Amino acid sequence: MNATVDVELAVIGGGPAGLAAATLAAEGGASVLLLDEQASPGGQIYRNIEAVCDRRPAIAAALGDDYRGGLELVRAFRRSGAGYRPRASVWEIAGDGALAVVGDGGAEVLRARRLLVATGAAERPVPVPGWTLPGVMTVGAAQTLLKASGLAAGEAVIAGCGPLVLLFALQSIAVGAPPRAVLLSEGFGDYLRALPHLPRAVGSLDLLAKGWGWLRQLKSSGVEVVTGVSAVAARGGSAVDGVGFITGGGRRDIDAGLLLLHQGLVPNGHLLRAAGCAQEWDPAQACWRTRRNSWGATSRNDIAVAGDCAGIGGALAAAEAGRLSALDALYRLGHIGRAARNGRALPMAAALRRHLRPRPLLEALYRPPAEVLRPTAPDTVVCRCEGVRLAALTELRGLGVPGPNQAKAFSRCGMGPCQGRLCEATVGRLLSDEPPLAGRTPQTYTIRPPARPVTVGQVAALDGLAEPAGEVSGMLDR
Amino acid sequence: MFKRLPEADEATIEFHFDGQAYRAVAGDSLAAALLANGIGQFGRNAADNSPRGPHCMIGNCFDCLVLLADGRTAQACLTPVAAGMRVRPYDPATAGSPE
Repeated sequence: MNATVDVELAVIGGGPAGLAAATLAAEGGASVLLLDEQASPGGQIYRNIEAVCDRRPAIAAALGDDYRGGLELVRAFRRSGAGYRPRASVWEIAGDGALAVVGDGGAEVLRARRLLVATGAAERPVPVPGWTLPGVMTVGAAQTLLKASGLAAGEAVIAGCGPLVLLFALQSIAVGAPPRAVLLSEGFGDYLRALPHLPRAVGSLDLLAKGWGWLRQLKSSGVEVVTGVSAVAARGGSAVDGVGFITGGGRRDIDAGLLLLHQGLVPNGHLLRAAGCAQEWDPAQACWRTRRNSWGATSRNDIAVAGDCAGIGGALAAAEAGRLSALDALYRLGHIGRAARNGRALPMAAALRRHLRPRPLLEALYRPPAEVLRPTAPDTVVCRCEGVRLAALTELRGLGVPGPNQAKAFSRCGMGPCQGRLCEATVGRLLSDEPPLAGRTPQTYTIRPPARPVTVGQVAALDGLAEPAGEVSGMLDR
Repeated sequence: MFKRLPEADEATIEFHFDGQAYRAVAGDSLAAALLANGIGQFGRNAADNSPRGPHCMIGNCFDCLVLLADGRTAQACLTPVAAGMRVRPYDPATAGSPE
């Protein structure tokens, strides 16, 4: 139960960054253990890829070449000799680098000389009226159901912006379950804003052509596509049964039993923040990310990051960043010299730059609208766990409550089981000064372990876990 | 709502939700198994008793909570379904109590 495994490198997360890193490090002679929450390697982007490619060819074809392209990454990882622990959640990185893990066998503490955190991204929360109703999900959630269980989202209304909206609509058509409507929040102003970034992205014409092709394909499919949509709201009693919104033509309402929302991705950074890794605000991506250098090294010298958990760059960039971090780990562990590290890194760094080139264009084109970042309808639930509505937070702001941690004490916002993952950005903006979106850094909740649920019994059965990395003296004093 | 595509329709496992028997595919999460059977509401929110169901499917939102037979709370999106499993809707009033 309390077995201690000693490895040179522990990798947290089995998506493209973690898989590429673990593979390179294991092939380079390091002892490596990869821990992942899912039952099979691939992360969310390549979720269930081995089984889908093996046994569900029609679904694999509908998911497309970008999905199937991840299979080689997973196969290389399986061949690499890296250790693999599926269905394992890391709930804490202690100050001395020990990992607290909970999985099928209960809780345990693992020790590694170096850590690579590759926990990927989550979809940006989209707080609209009615978004807590059953049947209101994220686009990524519906796509996960398609990958993991072969479930098609029939007759859905898809609302939001970003490549995943178009991609999932086309995938749904390909499996014979077209959406009822696709409501795109981007409009003419977003295209204008994106225009200056076009020259830098010209080297990625294939990607731009693909995105443009998706939109054309969707518009010619017969599915209703509405652009310039705002004020999306779900209606219903015990489940969603319709979607209201505003378009150039005025207010509209569509019946729907499934509403799928998406406004881009944000890094999964809670574990890193709780471990004391410095974070910085990324105004272009409107999210927090972990500060790191070009090798992925963070402000803690035993922890590196790679992939979308350190800033959204996509799957191909994540894999290259994972390889770069793994090279640096091999160097720091004494398996290779500095010259070998630097030499092998050159083509990887070049590939990473190539994959990141179109990002400024995508970020400008698919910037979440102001009403998503800072909702205005007073009855909008901001904190889903505790049911705290916008009106309550506006009142706290009027009373002079200065930030999210104080708002938490007054309203319980951010105090539920999701630990603020779905409300902290919104609460931070609601309590920050006007103008809220002028590049000002919003405040955040203080994050403490456990980053994942664990029972008191599981913790009590542990030994070997040192003091947490963060400030907890106030809690201990009580 | 969600429907199982023919290629993935290998439902062989029986499990129970709220006293009713349903079929699932080995490897399904509890969340996928329930959604495939047309069940969208998994329980009620602990703070305001509002109806809830899965939202994010990656373990972040905790709106897919269900109760296992022994009274433990489980995130349905991260819990694999197993043959004979007995699951109840999450209800703050009965969470922690065995069936």
